Amino acid sequence: MAAFNLTINNKSYAIEADPQMPLLWVIRDLAGLKGTKFGCGIAQCGACTIHLDGNPVRSCILPVSAGTGRKITTIEGISVNSDHPVQQAWIEEQVPQCGYCQSGQIMSAVALLKKTPKPTDAEIDTAMQGNICRCGTYQRIRKAIHRAAELHAGQSKKSF
Amino acid sequence: MKQPSSIDRRRFLKITGLTGASFIVGISFSQAEGAPEILNLSHVAGSFELTPYIIIESTGQITIMNPKPEMGQGTWQSIPALIAEELCVSPDQVTIKPTSGEAQIPGQSAGGSSSVRGSYDRLRKVGASAREMLIKAASDQWQVPAEECYAEEAKVYHKPSGKNIGYGELVEAASKLEVPKEPKLKDPSTFRILGKSMPRPDVPLKVNGQAVFGIDAEVPGMVYASVERCRVFGGKLLSYDDSEAMKVKGVQRVVKAERVLGKNRYESIAIVADNYWAALQGRKALKVQWDYQGNDQFNTAAYEQQLRELAKSDGVVAHNSGDFDGAFATAPVKLEALYETPVVAHATMEPMNCTAHWKEDNKVEVWVSCQGAGIIKRELSTVLGIPQDNIIPHILFNGGGFGRRLSADYATEAAMISKATGKPVKVIWTREDDIQLGPFRPMTFSAMKAGLNADGKTIAFQHKVISPSISATNNDKYDKTKADRSMTEGISDQQYEFPNMKNLYVFADIHIPMAPWRSVTSSTLAFAHECFIDEMAAKAGKDPLDYRLGLMTKDSDAKNVLLKLKEVSNWNKPLPKGRGRGVAQYEFFAGLCGQVVEVTKQTNGAIKVDNVFAVIDLGTVVNPDNVKAQVEGGIVMGLVAAVKDGIIFEKGASRQSNFNNNKMLRINEMPKVEVHILANGGPVIRGVGEPGLPPLAPALCNAIYAATGKRIRRLPIDLNKI
Repeated sequence: MAAFNLTINNKSYAIEADPQMPLLWVIRDLAGLKGTKFGCGIAQCGACTIHLDGNPVRSCILPVSAGTGRKITTIEGISVNSDHPVQQAWIEEQVPQCGYCQSGQIMSAVALLKKTPKPTDAEIDTAMQGNICRCGTYQRIRKAIHRAAELHAGQSKKSF
Repeated sequence: MKQPSSIDRRRFLKITGLTGASFIVGISFSQAEGAPEILNLSHVAGSFELTPYIIIESTGQITIMNPKPEMGQGTWQSIPALIAEELCVSPDQVTIKPTSGEAQIPGQSAGGSSSVRGSYDRLRKVGASAREMLIKAASDQWQVPAEECYAEEAKVYHKPSGKNIGYGELVEAASKLEVPKEPKLKDPSTFRILGKSMPRPDVPLKVNGQAVFGIDAEVPGMVYASVERCRVFGGKLLSYDDSEAMKVKGVQRVVKAERVLGKNRYESIAIVADNYWAALQGRKALKVQWDYQGNDQFNTAAYEQQLRELAKSDGVVAHNSGDFDGAFATAPVKLEALYETPVVAHATMEPMNCTAHWKEDNKVEVWVSCQGAGIIKRELSTVLGIPQDNIIPHILFNGGGFGRRLSADYATEAAMISKATGKPVKVIWTREDDIQLGPFRPMTFSAMKAGLNADGKTIAFQHKVISPSISATNNDKYDKTKADRSMTEGISDQQYEFPNMKNLYVFADIHIPMAPWRSVTSSTLAFAHECFIDEMAAKAGKDPLDYRLGLMTKDSDAKNVLLKLKEVSNWNKPLPKGRGRGVAQYEFFAGLCGQVVEVTKQTNGAIKVDNVFAVIDLGTVVNPDNVKAQVEGGIVMGLVAAVKDGIIFEKGASRQSNFNNNKMLRINEMPKVEVHILANGGPVIRGVGEPGLPPLAPALCNAIYAATGKRIRRLPIDLNKI
């Protein structure tokens, strides 16, 4: 066991954990943020996607030690009132079915739009390929990402 | 309708947590009286089983109880909508609460695409009854005729004077009224919710991490467990050594448990720890000796060969009309083909899990993703030997169900582990546990025969199913002498007019547990049935869609589905060389859907699935957008089962273990999907969740035939190597 200071969603957490414990379980069970989901444990499904300094990573294979000194963002941290354009677009297009994979889908989509504010279908395919949805919401995910890009362009306030 | 007179509010206060005055309307299923009865439960005795559906408090708070767990299929919206429409409240005025098996009534589970069609009339009547009582309460108070009043947005209005009053203020008076004998349902032309693409109330919770799934349950004092079970089905525990496991920091205990799945009882060993990661590390350090009981000799390839041998036997008759044997024997043109499908796993995105707390007074509380509170109560009571009243299920959002969560093996096992440790425990299955341990969708093999006359007209048809039985793997009392209806699902119910048809079932024994999987056996039988119809069309030299229509001289919903498909898919517009389209339709217990798939043979030889046009017939639709979502989802799941890995057993265990070798469709492989809904009224309401799945595989394979001339008779296929 070791002590770690983590910054999750701009909040500081003092954590006692096995250094090998994946960030996923630290975030869920020690920090108590349950929006990030366990899907496969081997970085195949993307349900556990979080941002590390803004980049999408699979928290199920990343040890807690890799999170220190970095800015960790989870689904709970991308907006205060679910008003991020991606979240708004997800609601408009009624994307989720069971919803279990959607935190990860949204985290991947937000990261994509940060780098590529107006992505093509091919760019969406590349960025979103790591996220599995068993309910089959892919068509709506694609539509919602295009819609989020539009919403954001309309707001033209800040970066994603 | 009777008005219960005595007052026992304690039970209700306990159930609902109500404190002030309230107006409660529900249903009684007192068996002696047959049909369910709508009751005013505001002042009621606890002598029979009750389900409150509507609770209106004097504060104006309106709660609708939802007995159908949300697993992505939309019941969080569609079920309360049935009540809200008739109650004349808007969806945002309502709080939805899941039922927890408060009363032992049927219906507290979601499966078989039955939630909406099974509740449509009943729940509308519940809402209409409450609305009429509230209107009566208001008209009594105003001393005006009830006919001059109407309800809207949780208020009653007096039309001539324009005065109005909120439902909350009517609670006291309404709670003393009798339930109307024949509540008048709204004219569908006045619907504000039903039939409209309403947003689902669970969606906002699913975009910000706030939706609580079973895996997210938090109970004070909770510990975590990971459970080791034998990978080879039927293995018995010889011994285990937990000395290394106990050395892992955070591991508290190692206890024996049992996973009970129907007639199957599997021994297991639970590593209980402070946190889940520690439990996993402890599990890795555990040393276990299993006696495989010879089951490590089992492998899929040999079993499939057995099925091919069994295909030569007659089996039992599932359907017999006309004289198949005579007609087939004399038919000038004969076709025969064997179709094969694989075992597949459900692989819900949320792995199986359950948080259970076995308390000192033998009361068991569970927090779980399950397809029904009723399932949890029944299974826990049966397996654990405690009364149903001792079991308190909290059903949370299901991260996918697909039939897997109709079982409660994960919950009974968690309860045993909690009992052994004396603490609330959260058991989480790894993805490997989830994929490798079943229960699975069984494979079905189909031996098809058809006899055509010289004009290409079908005069004899036979679909013989050779497969394990879902029921036999779960039930000791399985009767092999009868045709298994579940394993011959739909094959005798299509609208094709075959003058001589004899369908058969050949039972194949297996020791591996099988279960319903979204669209159950139609998910495999439709592939054989509808590809073979295509073979017949090709043999007759006819267009596959016109050939099907030619087999349907009478009007039917299935015929309308095909006609609509022909139109929306531009069926008659020729495709360029290298492209092809295929059609299929399938009608079964859950509903009716037809699809046209378009594919392209690419220059590297790989097949690309371009478009899917779907027509689903419902009769009546509650939420069109959600129906489209469900059909889109069914198409994806059907595509995964057709073109991705099946489960292959080697040495008694599943070779597939996680998403790296049990692959799923990804966004870059998603075809364009267009869904059309037929909802032209009529007495039949068809299901939504499953019918979109069965037509996909046959329509796809028929399209591949059209594009390449290659007939596919075995799934799964690799689209890169056709």
